[in-house]
Amino acid sequence: MIERSPVFNIFTYAAMTLGLLVVLVPFWIVIVAGSQSLQEVSRVPIVLWPSSHLWENIQAAWARADLGPKMINSLIVASGVTFGKIVLASISAFAIVFFDFRARMVCFWMIFITLMLPLEVRIVPTYAIAANALLPFQVVLDTLGITGLVQTLSSVRIGLEWNLLNSYTGLILPLVATATGTFLYRQFFMTIPDELIEASKMDGASPVRFFFDVLLPLSRTNMLALATIMFVSSWNQYLWPLLITTDRTNYGTVVMQLKALIPTQNGTPDWNVTMAGALIIMLPPLLIVALMQRWFVRGLITRDK
Amino acid sequence: MAAISFSGVKKRYQKNDVIHGVDVEIEAGEFVVILGPSGCGKSTLLRMIAGLEEISEGTIAIDGKVVNELEPRERGCAMVFQNYALYPHMSVRQNIGYALKVAGMPKAEREAKVLKVAKSVSLEPYLDRKPGELSGGQRQRVAMARAMVREPKVFLFDEPFSNLDAKLRVAMRAEVRNLHRSLGVTSVFVTHDQTEAMTLADRLIVMNSGFVEQVGKPSEVYHHPASLFVADFIGSPAMNLVRGFFGEDGYFRHGKGGMVNLPGLAKAHLSREVSIGIRPELVRRVDAGHKDAIAAVVDYTEELGASRLVYARADGSPIIAVDSGTDALGTGMPVHFALSESDIHVFDHSNGRRVDHNGRPVRATDTVSA
Ligand SMILES: Nc1ncnc2c1ncn2[C@@H]1O[C@H](COP(=O)(O)OP(=O)(O)OP(=O)(O)O)[C@@H](O)[C@H]1O
Ligand SMILES: [Mg+2]
Repeated sequence: MIERSPVFNIFTYAAMTLGLLVVLVPFWIVIVAGSQSLQEVSRVPIVLWPSSHLWENIQAAWARADLGPKMINSLIVASGVTFGKIVLASISAFAIVFFDFRARMVCFWMIFITLMLPLEVRIVPTYAIAANALLPFQVVLDTLGITGLVQTLSSVRIGLEWNLLNSYTGLILPLVATATGTFLYRQFFMTIPDELIEASKMDGASPVRFFFDVLLPLSRTNMLALATIMFVSSWNQYLWPLLITTDRTNYGTVVMQLKALIPTQNGTPDWNVTMAGALIIMLPPLLIVALMQRWFVRGLITRDK
Repeated sequence: MAAISFSGVKKRYQKNDVIHGVDVEIEAGEFVVILGPSGCGKSTLLRMIAGLEEISEGTIAIDGKVVNELEPRERGCAMVFQNYALYPHMSVRQNIGYALKVAGMPKAEREAKVLKVAKSVSLEPYLDRKPGELSGGQRQRVAMARAMVREPKVFLFDEPFSNLDAKLRVAMRAEVRNLHRSLGVTSVFVTHDQTEAMTLADRLIVMNSGFVEQVGKPSEVYHHPASLFVADFIGSPAMNLVRGFFGEDGYFRHGKGGMVNLPGLAKAHLSREVSIGIRPELVRRVDAGHKDAIAAVVDYTEELGASRLVYARADGSPIIAVDSGTDALGTGMPVHFALSESDIHVFDHSNGRRVDHNGRPVRATDTVSA
């Protein structure tokens, strides 16, 4: 839409400024509160100007929530999930777009439908699987009567168990499947001209070779854009890590630790420390977005030829 | 032994047939052009040679070996595509060398080959550029170099120059011709551009809606079209084709009471409905008093410089003649033409095939016969 009238310009600028304010004010409050002392932060009415205690608040938050090791956990989990998502999404989109097998539309739609089933909806069954990842196989063996057969023959009872609770595997694996990613990759792969595939066939490249030599390099910008979104969203995961880790000391993530930073009902209302902690915790995703934003925009809007 | 031989080759998509049985032999070292209107199945035929399209029925053999079940890379063909199909993220050097890399050739040897091929199509200065930084002509040269570097048994081209402007197309045509002369590799070239086909081909395969209409040298195809379709399709302006029938009296009757005295032709074609055809440049303009002159009325003329085209109408049948006269010829003016029987082709209307002057139908693969 190309509309060039002063009234319209004023309107767009007003809307953008408003949007910017809505986004920035919470940040400002976090920064301001994080830099104040306990007295300053408890003042009524609140002062919206930063003070000089940021560093000591950060140190306090860091120590109280044990952010060092938790930061590493979060990094491992978020990177693991991001990596897993990209690998899985690209491979499944590759299969759906470039191979003409009978169930390919069924597969695509089954993946696509899971967009409607976010983790929160399927959290109980997912937890059950995480508690014993081999449970489905056990059920198959049981219903087929193999368990019973083996038991009568050898008096050994087959009990398959693979517990994912309190492990990085458990934190990462259940989050790796991604309909969004598969869909994005599919859309990109469909823009690859047929002639390019045929040229690579004539050059003697196998499908795997084509995937690594042509598709992956061409989808680099898309991959970085996807990685950015995926990293931020998996960094921000709260519910799943909370559910699956009882061993907070070793496997807790920083976002879970936010809870530990919020003042208890009868404790000191030191919101300044809470805010400083929040600041630390949101720093890595902010940095990632800032670093990637060039690719991010390019990958989602256009492709370089 | 033929380099490529088709026997009974058919192509079927689900239920609709697009190639209806092709039997053609292509000799080693030949430059064959497949010519035909859009959608006639040229690309499909080419892609069946390459292995990009399955062969529904029949066999294709390359160097005597049936390739139906072979993967594209095992057939020894290299292909140049219409839209270049270069890998956009690779440099020219990498594009050309990719096939060799896949084949596992050591780097030093590969580089040497790439350089040699790049030199032969004058791409040396551009080796480190990406395809996006090249002009259309340069990109198509990269595509050709990429095909050449593998030293294939067969070159396949699918309308490689249709994205280039007219001048560049002529230049590229000459380049392809020279390459073929120096390498001598069997080549199959698909196009719907007649001039391109005529100038490049050792032999032409003219196709129409999945059938091979005629196979032959360009001059054969031009001077002795094997079917109505070829007669009409090849040549610009198109051949004059007039529908009618021969009578016992030796006259050919057409249009609204038109009569042409062709006693030598009549006998062989008495009992069928036919079209007779003659090239516009073989229609002679004569004086009104000339024996057996055909009287016509001018519709309009087109000046070509050295000559002009006269579009006229004789008893309701349109006729085009190439005329070198300089007198004024306006709409509605009378003109007279004469035809030589030896220049006239007769086509059987029931099947569209040409019938020779002994009354025998001409087959697609027959060579010269008057
Ligand atoms: N995948 C397909 N499924 C069904 N029909 C197809 C398919 N590919 C091609 N066809 C049909 O086969 C016929 C021949 O197609 P082909 O591409 O060989 O034509 P062409 O002679 O190369 O035309 P052009 O000059 O336009 O490239 C066309 O009628 C087309 O509609
Ligand atoms: Mg085509």
